[in-house]
Amino acid sequence: MATMPAVESADLRPALRILDEMSPVTASDTIPLLQRLQEAYGYLPREVVLEVSQRTGLPASRLFGVATFYAQFYLTPRGRHLVRCCRGTACHVRGGKNVISTAEKVLGIRDGETSSDMSFSLETVACLGACALSPVAVVDGRYLGKTTPARLEHVLRTMREEAAGPAENREEST
Amino acid sequence: MSQFTLTLDGREVTASEGQTILQAALANNVVIPHLCYDPRLTPTGACRLCLVEIEGEPAMATSCTRLALPGMVVRTNTEALRASRKMTLEFLMSEHRMACTSCEADGDCLLQDYVYEYGAAERRFPSLARSEAEGSYTVGHEGIVYDPSKCVRCQRCVKICAEVSMNEAITLKGRTMDVEVSTAYDLPLNESSCELCGLCVSTCPTGALRERGAIGRGRAKDLTKVRTTCPYCGVGCQFDLCVNRKTNRIVRVTAEPGCVPNDGNTCVKGRFGFQFVASPERLTKPLIRENGALREATWEEAINLAGRRLAEIRDKYGPDALAFLSSCRCPNEENYLMQKIARAAGKTNNVDQCATTCHAPTVAGLASAFGSGAMTNSIGEIQKVQTLFVIGANPTEAHPIVGLEMKKALRNGAKLIVCDPRKTWLARRADLHIQHAAGTDNFLVNAMMNHIIAQGLHDQKFVAERCENFDAFRENLARYSLDEAARICGVPADKIRLAAEMYAQGTPSSIFYTLGITEHTCGTENVQNMANLAMLCGQIGKPSSGVNPLRGQNNVQGGCDMGAIHSVFPGYQKVSDPAVREKFAKAWGVEIPTNTGGRVTDFLEEAHAGKLKAFYVLGEDPVLSEPNQTKVIESLKKLEFMVVQEIFLTETAKLADVVLPGACYAEKDGTFTNTERRVQRVRKAVDPPGDARPDWQIICDVSTAMGYPMNYRHPSEIFAELASLTPILAGISYERIEKQGLQWPCPTPDHPGTVFLHDGRFTRGKGLMHVIHFRQPAEVPDRDYPFMLSTGRTLFHYNIGNMTRKSAAIRQKEDENFVEIHAEDARRLGITAGGMVRVTTRRGSLAVRARVAEKVRPGALWMPFHFAENSTNQLTNDAFDNITRTGEYKCCAARLEKIESPVA
Repeated sequence: MATMPAVESADLRPALRILDEMSPVTASDTIPLLQRLQEAYGYLPREVVLEVSQRTGLPASRLFGVATFYAQFYLTPRGRHLVRCCRGTACHVRGGKNVISTAEKVLGIRDGETSSDMSFSLETVACLGACALSPVAVVDGRYLGKTTPARLEHVLRTMREEAAGPAENREEST
Repeated sequence: MSQFTLTLDGREVTASEGQTILQAALANNVVIPHLCYDPRLTPTGACRLCLVEIEGEPAMATSCTRLALPGMVVRTNTEALRASRKMTLEFLMSEHRMACTSCEADGDCLLQDYVYEYGAAERRFPSLARSEAEGSYTVGHEGIVYDPSKCVRCQRCVKICAEVSMNEAITLKGRTMDVEVSTAYDLPLNESSCELCGLCVSTCPTGALRERGAIGRGRAKDLTKVRTTCPYCGVGCQFDLCVNRKTNRIVRVTAEPGCVPNDGNTCVKGRFGFQFVASPERLTKPLIRENGALREATWEEAINLAGRRLAEIRDKYGPDALAFLSSCRCPNEENYLMQKIARAAGKTNNVDQCATTCHAPTVAGLASAFGSGAMTNSIGEIQKVQTLFVIGANPTEAHPIVGLEMKKALRNGAKLIVCDPRKTWLARRADLHIQHAAGTDNFLVNAMMNHIIAQGLHDQKFVAERCENFDAFRENLARYSLDEAARICGVPADKIRLAAEMYAQGTPSSIFYTLGITEHTCGTENVQNMANLAMLCGQIGKPSSGVNPLRGQNNVQGGCDMGAIHSVFPGYQKVSDPAVREKFAKAWGVEIPTNTGGRVTDFLEEAHAGKLKAFYVLGEDPVLSEPNQTKVIESLKKLEFMVVQEIFLTETAKLADVVLPGACYAEKDGTFTNTERRVQRVRKAVDPPGDARPDWQIICDVSTAMGYPMNYRHPSEIFAELASLTPILAGISYERIEKQGLQWPCPTPDHPGTVFLHDGRFTRGKGLMHVIHFRQPAEVPDRDYPFMLSTGRTLFHYNIGNMTRKSAAIRQKEDENFVEIHAEDARRLGITAGGMVRVTTRRGSLAVRARVAEKVRPGALWMPFHFAENSTNQLTNDAFDNITRTGEYKCCAARLEKIESPVA
């Protein structure tokens, strides 16, 4: 049980604050609501979504249906860092496969998995739309264009060392 | 609705405005295949089988999503269409786990039918079907089984749950190949918002969703469908019992979209509540008390004993020492015979039925105001109501199909006002929820009416032309200000003001109420005030507008209509009227008794006082259903002789001297009259167990043994007799209601029945406005008993529970008593959700589990009364309505304590 999402799933305060800010929440707010919950928790914890359903009257099944339809939503905890590698045609042609296998090797996880210490999640994406920069990886939203396996390895190892070092300011406030 | 013509496959056909091409085709017997279409749902266009060619359009179109238009030329069955459908079916087959040989839906599966019809290859494409072993949200569920490997993802189940039942318990999960149906986070179905209505099963076109209880008990070819009327609440749903003749068992219940009044829908009780029929606990032999214990007996012995003792007691103590309790669970024919045996053989007007326990104030209150004590409008009119005024009623649980019609009205844009001390499903979705304190209805309604008059919002023309006693009525209201009402009822004055204005102005407005209005010491006055409100605003006597009591039992309307009431003969013809007595005396060949007679609550008191000596009880269990159980048992034990005619050995039957095993609704013919006055057929589907017999035959034999011979060959003969003596039913016969029931009044064989009452004129002439003063309940909270306890029904169970609790699916959902407590009170008393608490009143004490939420008001408690082993009526107050002697189940003072759990 080494789960360490951005916020503990049992802590409903962030969810309630979001509901407060979005009030009144209607059916058309479903996707923005889920996005903000995921921002706060790192994923969409069951307890949180069921409570949000209770409070908004938006059926839990509907929230779940939407969350499972879109690839952007996660139902299980994600790592603190998200690494996404493109496996689109352009990236593939320019050695994207090696970029992916490097990420797998350095992080010790496969596509779609999260490391047991919850520090990294790895995903592949069909196309990031940045083909001119291929092969592309995105680390925590930062695009790494024309990535070489060596460069990605360097970036990831540096991040890992930082994480292992003195505690970074992990937000637990409010 | 305007009609027009279009061309289907070269043939000119008629369609109605608003119909889709598919609907127009089906209405004209042109069959277009379809998997995702259900007439109860918005079009989906998912299955791609209903494609048609429309002249002038380049591509095929889904006929379920396209409106039919005048002059359209449509082809439904060309080579190209057939090829496209065949291909679509072959794709579906690649995802389908082929298991027709063992599938429950064999012979009842649209996919199977279409694959056969189109000659689609089962394995044109490699199989991508899931394995059988994959789990789903129904694993371990006793009611429903979902098998994703047979699912065609048509979405009908998801949409019916969202659009018709509005529960949204299930959804489509995932996308592309991985889509399947599930609950939120794959919760077990019983932990979701599922209400177990089974509409998902009813609409599934394949074998993906089935009833667990039906598995292995017979497939389509083994089953015979018998159309009948549901035996639970007063809605009177029409459904088919699917019977396996080889085993004499009901296998499943289905209903047909389009049927009246339920349009193919059923609730949990209708769909899953039939297992009691084949229960091993059914009575199969007559029983006689000997040396203090009940022993099996022959019919001859039991009937002779019953007849002899009833006659002896009548002759020894006089007819008033006898009382007959008829049953609103039983058909009209049997209720007719019960009041006939009471009056003709027992020579007493001591006859009653369970309306006294529930809606007697309705019958009395509406009869005094309008001249007729029944629901004024029809269930089918609800969807066109503009303002629903729901007070003291919880239709989505107690009358779920009426609840569905109200949901339809909401979808049509109706405004909803709910006045209820509890946050019910409707209350949570209401435009206005008045959560007033239990027992303050009259103050609330008086204040509303006062405000309506002050604002000039009342219908002055209607009041002047059609009502009387307005001046005295208005004078009384002056004392009921909004502010005072706010204080007494515990609701903001603005809400009361708004409710008054919305009701008065939201034409057509309609009032719906049930036992929250009637089960009070002021029950009849509450009902009269409902009539006042409607008359004041002219919201009565027109379509979708009136005063609508929702009757609680399948045939409580009929039980009253049949004259199983001390003061009236069938059709509410007064016993006090010599001309009426003369008519019945002539028809029955006896002298008609003139004693006043009493109600069931009177019978129990007279038994307690030693005045009532013998009691004949048909299909009722007063020990569990009447307030203050301890006293009820004492009273019954004082009787010299009691006959109980039952399907189970109920708590009351255990006290009887003779127990006669009757047949349940599925084992005999007859008629029930639903809450909208519709007389509908009940048909025999299976044989009664053991020696049990249809109740009408038993009553005839007892009467004959008492010295008044009764002899009928079939219930239709009884109906013909009662119709000939009852003007409001005179035009109804078994032949006329073979396909669809008729609504009384129906005075002649060519009369179409009456959809709504009081059109242009009240039954009594002018509507009588009653002066109603607010009175407190008989018992109000005080220092020793600080809570106000109300009782009621849950969705899943029915009354004393001895039918619904035989169903495995229902038991799994809810099988023990509980008390609802407001979270604030729970916090204060250290009570946690699910913890044990003790509820105590001046009459008894019960340990039950706490349900903590904000459903009840702070200071209020609510309990159901379905659980015999822990019967809530040990707590309730035997204080009665001053006019109809109905118990005040909705208000009694109670104390609440936490039970410390033993240390583990």
